[in-house]
Amino acid sequence: MNVQSVTVNGTTTDVEAADDAATLYLVRDVIGVTGPKYGCGVGICGACTSHLDGEAFRPCVTAVSDTAGGQITTIEGLASDDGTLHPVQQAWIDEDVAQCGFCQPGQIMTAVDLIARIPDPSDADIDEAMKHNVCRCGTYPRIRKAIKRAAASMR
Amino acid sequence: MTTIETPPTNDEIGRKGVSRRGFLAAMVAAPALTAVVMSESATASAGLLDGLGGAAGDVAGDLVPDLGFPETADIVDLGDLIILADFPARYNLLVEVTPQNRVRFEVPRLEKGQGISTACASILADELGARLSDLDVSLSDARLDRPFTITGSSSAVRSLWEPIRTVAAGLRARLITAAANEWGANPFDLVARDTMVVHPDGRTLTFGELSAAAAQITQISTNAELKDPSEYTIIGQPQGRIDAHDIVTGKAEYALDLQVPDADPAVIARAPEIGGTVASFDSSTASAMPGVVAIVQVSSGVAVVARTYGEAFAARDALDITWNGGPLSNTSDADILDTLKAADVEPLPTGGLLTKVVEDTFEFPYMAHAPMEVMSAVADVRADSAEVWYGSQSPVIALQTVAARLGLPESAVTLHVPRSGGAFGRRLFYEPVVEAAEISQAVGQPVKLMWSRNDDTRHGRFRPMSINRVRARIAGSNVLTFDHRMTAAELDLGHGFGEMLSAAAGQALPAGFSQTAFHTTVSVPYDFGAATQLLTEVPIPVPTGSWRSIYSGTVITANEIMVDRMATRLRTDPVAFRRDKLDDERAVAVLDKVAAEGQWGRSMPAGHAQGVAIHVEYRSVCAYLVEIDTTGPESRVTKVTVAVDVGRAINPKGLEAQMQGVVSDAITAVLRAGNRVDDGRVREGSYGDFLWARMNHTPFEVNVHVMPPTTGEPGGAGELGLPTCSAAIVNAYSRATGESPNKFPIERPSIPDYTEVTG
Repeated sequence: MNVQSVTVNGTTTDVEAADDAATLYLVRDVIGVTGPKYGCGVGICGACTSHLDGEAFRPCVTAVSDTAGGQITTIEGLASDDGTLHPVQQAWIDEDVAQCGFCQPGQIMTAVDLIARIPDPSDADIDEAMKHNVCRCGTYPRIRKAIKRAAASMR
Repeated sequence: MTTIETPPTNDEIGRKGVSRRGFLAAMVAAPALTAVVMSESATASAGLLDGLGGAAGDVAGDLVPDLGFPETADIVDLGDLIILADFPARYNLLVEVTPQNRVRFEVPRLEKGQGISTACASILADELGARLSDLDVSLSDARLDRPFTITGSSSAVRSLWEPIRTVAAGLRARLITAAANEWGANPFDLVARDTMVVHPDGRTLTFGELSAAAAQITQISTNAELKDPSEYTIIGQPQGRIDAHDIVTGKAEYALDLQVPDADPAVIARAPEIGGTVASFDSSTASAMPGVVAIVQVSSGVAVVARTYGEAFAARDALDITWNGGPLSNTSDADILDTLKAADVEPLPTGGLLTKVVEDTFEFPYMAHAPMEVMSAVADVRADSAEVWYGSQSPVIALQTVAARLGLPESAVTLHVPRSGGAFGRRLFYEPVVEAAEISQAVGQPVKLMWSRNDDTRHGRFRPMSINRVRARIAGSNVLTFDHRMTAAELDLGHGFGEMLSAAAGQALPAGFSQTAFHTTVSVPYDFGAATQLLTEVPIPVPTGSWRSIYSGTVITANEIMVDRMATRLRTDPVAFRRDKLDDERAVAVLDKVAAEGQWGRSMPAGHAQGVAIHVEYRSVCAYLVEIDTTGPESRVTKVTVAVDVGRAINPKGLEAQMQGVVSDAITAVLRAGNRVDDGRVREGSYGDFLWARMNHTPFEVNVHVMPPTTGEPGGAGELGLPTCSAAIVNAYSRATGESPNKFPIERPSIPDYTEVTG
């Protein structure tokens, strides 16, 4: 056990944990930031997807020591401080994407990463980027539309 | 709290002719206007039953005891029975108008993504005359005064449609009366809209300003009639989900997101085999691991309580447990299939001079629900009481089971219902909350139990494996007989359905609730001569549960595939054949709609094709027209056109979401995935080997056409599209490939690598 400094949404917390402790459980269970969800624990469903220094990562399979000195952004940290939603969040509302909503924090964080890399994603780009995130309610058609809407609004 | 009786104002409530006589709407005497409408007496509810007439009234008297004949679902369906069971308590709704001009409403059902909180809020806001944005909607705790609260059989909106409007109309009348008293105005000149009462001269008072006075009113001076549908401004209009902002900002709280003081993470080490048990265990290594709080044996395994789930999982892995096998040791799914085949002996009508016989036998695998949110529950058990949190589709029996397990009276247990991350029938059962309570009691502190994803799949519940034999006999263009024999692993309906149906029938039903459920959910909406459908169930010790349908997911899928195969045999177009044979006008209308909107019959390249199917259930009908591309290594559904008639769509946008959502269930169930049993263990464990449809398996376009109101009453929607889309996919696949698949899933793709984060 070591003291790990974990920075989530701009707030740094010192947490007692082994170097190889999965970041997800520290963020959720110790720091109390619950936007990233447990869906599989092994990096195959995408429900916990968050950003590390602006790029999508999977906290459930990322050792806390690998986040040292980095900035973790979860779904809670995506909107502006004044509450203005990120264009992807707004597009999710405009297209009424969510059903149960459980996978959507991960879907949104993955979509933000996609649009940052590819400002005008094609259907094939969306398939390739989003196939790593499971949605059991089957909101995929609306996710696709929301990504295109958000991308257009950001160009 | 004291209650006062609402004086009767109108004999007739609403357009359905429900008699108000005997309806004691008790109001809580509170500073703010609050309706907590209490149960009527048994006599009063019997009177209401008489007043209802039609199907529900008949059910109690006649139909339930006689549920042995096919086509029952045309007359009374399972949703009717659920509504009937809940009928005496249906006005037990909590609606409160606060001085801050908020309308607080507790939905007595589980929101699990299907959008009922938005739909119910829309009904309430419209009837009350409030803005939707002024409502604060939460989910009701389990209430012992609503003993048959079940979120299932697509019945939530159906069952709450009339009660919400009736309660809202009563509240609106009080608010208008209060405003009329305040202004000395004629109440019939006043209207309620935008969460205020408006005077013709432009004066307004908000509901919040009127709430205290309205709460004191003993005599309402205006009518409390339900609005005419022409007056609706919210019902029938597309509404975004009321919780959308919470979801996209991460504020929406599921069970394990709740900050229950001192509740530590808990996991359970479970047997490798279904039904396996602990023989012995050594926890000395695990106990010494970082973060471990407690390790205790419970009925389903060995529980580990720790500071974090990561530490709990690590300690669980370090336990040294010797397991006893379960009842399926040395048994595989192939053996189970053989068992079903041996029981599949119900005869089908044979031959006949000059008749063509079209027949096929379909095999459906076990299928876990795999909702995104794994099974989880929070429990805080004290010496004399318990507080538990579980997203339950059957909260009252869940509470009762927890109380019995803990040895507490039911009144000492509170069960809160948080939103859940999907359910699909899984949360009709309540193992997690019973386990969480058991652990909390054993370790003497609050715990939050989470099943791992592998736990969730391998120790979950499954749509029963089934064999579906269908035979049609045709003479010329006339279908003489259409017969379906389903032989299936027994479906567990032991989550209150039995008690509920007994209550609805007014007597204890004999064994075999399944037959009732079967005959009240599946029907043949075609003129197919003598149609019979029979169910044979075989007890198999694999836990089962309804899976986004009771039986329709397999029965109707098979039937609609057979309809295409009959058309093929008669060299008739599948849409033309259905049009010719359908005996349901609404079904013809949705079929015509998808044929027109989806360009049925358009030319497509080799290996591509269209397929169609229809389904009638729960007072609703829908049609799916699917396009598929079978030329790649995995077939891909490329486009789906849907037409749906639910009688009256409360929120067309939410209805569209339900019809879209089943597309990925259907793709998964008929093309991609199903569960297998090896030596008593479920083979698939997580999304890495249980291959649910993802974005790259989903059509680029799903166009849903919501039909204008027909019956005027909302029908069921959540399960409606599943068998329809499933059959349409198989029909498209058959037309594209020339094959006639009858074992599902048709394709079992090789396991891809989903571990990279992004492309």
